[in-house]
Amino acid sequence: MYKYDTYDQAMVDTRVEEFRDQVRRRLEGHITEDQFKPLRLMNGLYLQLHAYMLRVAIPYGTLSGAQMRMLGDIADKYDRGYGHFTTRQNIQYNWIKLEEAADILADLASVEMHAIQTSGNCIRNTSSDQYAGAAADEVVDPRPYAELIRQWSTFHPEFSFLPRKFKMAVIASDIDRAAIKLHDIGVQIVRNDAGEIGAAFYVGGGMGRTPMIAPCINPFVPIDQFITYAEACLRVYNRHGRRDNKYKARIKILVHELGKEEYTRQVEAEFAHLLTQNIEPPLAELERIKAMFADPAFEAGLSDELDRSDPDFALWVDNNCVAHKQPGYIAATISLKPVGGIPGDATGEQMRLMADLAARYSFDELRVTHAQNIVLPHVKKADLYALWQALDANGLGTANLDLVGDIIACPGLDYCSLANARSIPVAQKISQRLSAKSQEIGELKLKISGCINACGHHHAGHIGILGVDRKGVENYQLLLGGSEAADTSLGTITGPGFDEDGIVDAVEKATQVYLANRSDNERFLDTYRRIGMAPFKEALYG
Amino acid sequence: MKILTGNDLKTGAVTWWDGVQWSLHVEDAVDVGDHADTILVRELAARRVNAAYAIDAVKDESGVRPGHIKERIRALGPTVRPDLTLKPADPTAGDWVI
Repeated sequence: MYKYDTYDQAMVDTRVEEFRDQVRRRLEGHITEDQFKPLRLMNGLYLQLHAYMLRVAIPYGTLSGAQMRMLGDIADKYDRGYGHFTTRQNIQYNWIKLEEAADILADLASVEMHAIQTSGNCIRNTSSDQYAGAAADEVVDPRPYAELIRQWSTFHPEFSFLPRKFKMAVIASDIDRAAIKLHDIGVQIVRNDAGEIGAAFYVGGGMGRTPMIAPCINPFVPIDQFITYAEACLRVYNRHGRRDNKYKARIKILVHELGKEEYTRQVEAEFAHLLTQNIEPPLAELERIKAMFADPAFEAGLSDELDRSDPDFALWVDNNCVAHKQPGYIAATISLKPVGGIPGDATGEQMRLMADLAARYSFDELRVTHAQNIVLPHVKKADLYALWQALDANGLGTANLDLVGDIIACPGLDYCSLANARSIPVAQKISQRLSAKSQEIGELKLKISGCINACGHHHAGHIGILGVDRKGVENYQLLLGGSEAADTSLGTITGPGFDEDGIVDAVEKATQVYLANRSDNERFLDTYRRIGMAPFKEALYG
Repeated sequence: MKILTGNDLKTGAVTWWDGVQWSLHVEDAVDVGDHADTILVRELAARRVNAAYAIDAVKDESGVRPGHIKERIRALGPTVRPDLTLKPADPTAGDWVI
């Protein structure tokens, strides 16, 4: 894992004291809320429905045990005993007091964490593959490149006031586990025929009110130029992005309006200019970072055999674990989606348990996934049963990864001031209704957003749900056919919306249509793509 | 009726104008009639409340009820965490939220 150097630590510590002073001045009346609001937002502090909300950055979703333990301690000390892991691989606390916010940031800084750039029109936390460094199918570990982006983008003077927020994701395998084509910039680290490492750039994707799939504007940027290329992409956006209209200000609108070819032409021209300016970080810095992401001390010669005699354990292995690049190891996902639970929530006690288990079984490493789960990336297969027993005994052993109960849901109207409808109760009801059939249904990615901003990724769900406000009453639109994987697609609205109970019925009907029409081992998405919308509409409205 | 709501500057807690000060309980909210702007300017300047605004509400025999679901959820707390609402011991608390 990346370790702060003295510059990193000094920057974060200085920022904490700067914010402490800003809070003091606000509380003493030296600055108004209008003056203070942009300052607190730059430190991840929002004012939400019930209280202040603090969003803490988890760079590319990677955590050490000490960091996860601190997140649990913060939940208990400053919040109400829990936190909410988000679709940006971050964590949010919902009940923060302004007068304690700087103390929280100081605690975070003590374990090399912060909340910088988790809000505002800047480059946000870079997300990545939750199996990075463990995946059998990756070209390289993408995290050093994500870390380089973090260092480049943090406090970048030119990109601190972009037309709108800016989100990047980095992967290094053909299987996309980070939804890169639905980001402002998605980077896929690739290897060309000559064996050289480079970066494919997908620019102009996003969800929100105008969902778009990012086109590839350059399939291979040499790795020793990839920050320069990212700078060129941002510069063109910063120059021409629509600052006059918040709803047209994301880069996806610019790329769409200019057209891929013209946007790419301008980026390439800017790139050529920037190459003469020699702005690329020295390769030595990348090598320094890469050294911190070296493989842990895996044992060699381990067996891949597993005792599957406990059927509950075997089910969990089949659902929640994926192959590891190192023989004898496996990557295990801890579901934060117990049946009927709140997606992504974990108590302080659970966070500390996960930290302890990471220390004992996964080289002290954890990952947060964009699907709001936690991964222990490097578990020895010989330890897997003991790990599962500990998880199961603490409500963390649900075997439902990528099944119908593994629902992504934004906080919705229960917590969020932007939301139009509640997301969590809908997720809970669907989970309760359909989890018993989840094995029969198989892979089904269900995603719920409480407003058009799409934090719950509803456009990209095999089944998506969008909550809207219809004359002060919650109403839910149903979408089918979305995907955020390598076969990225955007869901289509089925028709008129449903009330809270009606949407649960509608999802169940959609699964029934799927099961009645499924061919061989088709997933829900495959069947939908083959038979189209008509049979679903007939079942829903016919 | 028009009532005023905001968040406590220090704690962020949802508060309601009761005619004298800011209460945690929506049932204490009073009709401010045409005086919303005057009160808001004064109270925001005094830093007794943050991000305050006026909303529509009704008052019946059961108490003051904000007109919009968002404000009703603010009044009591997240519907999915009844243990965190202001009156978790009251089994009827929240029946009017949704």
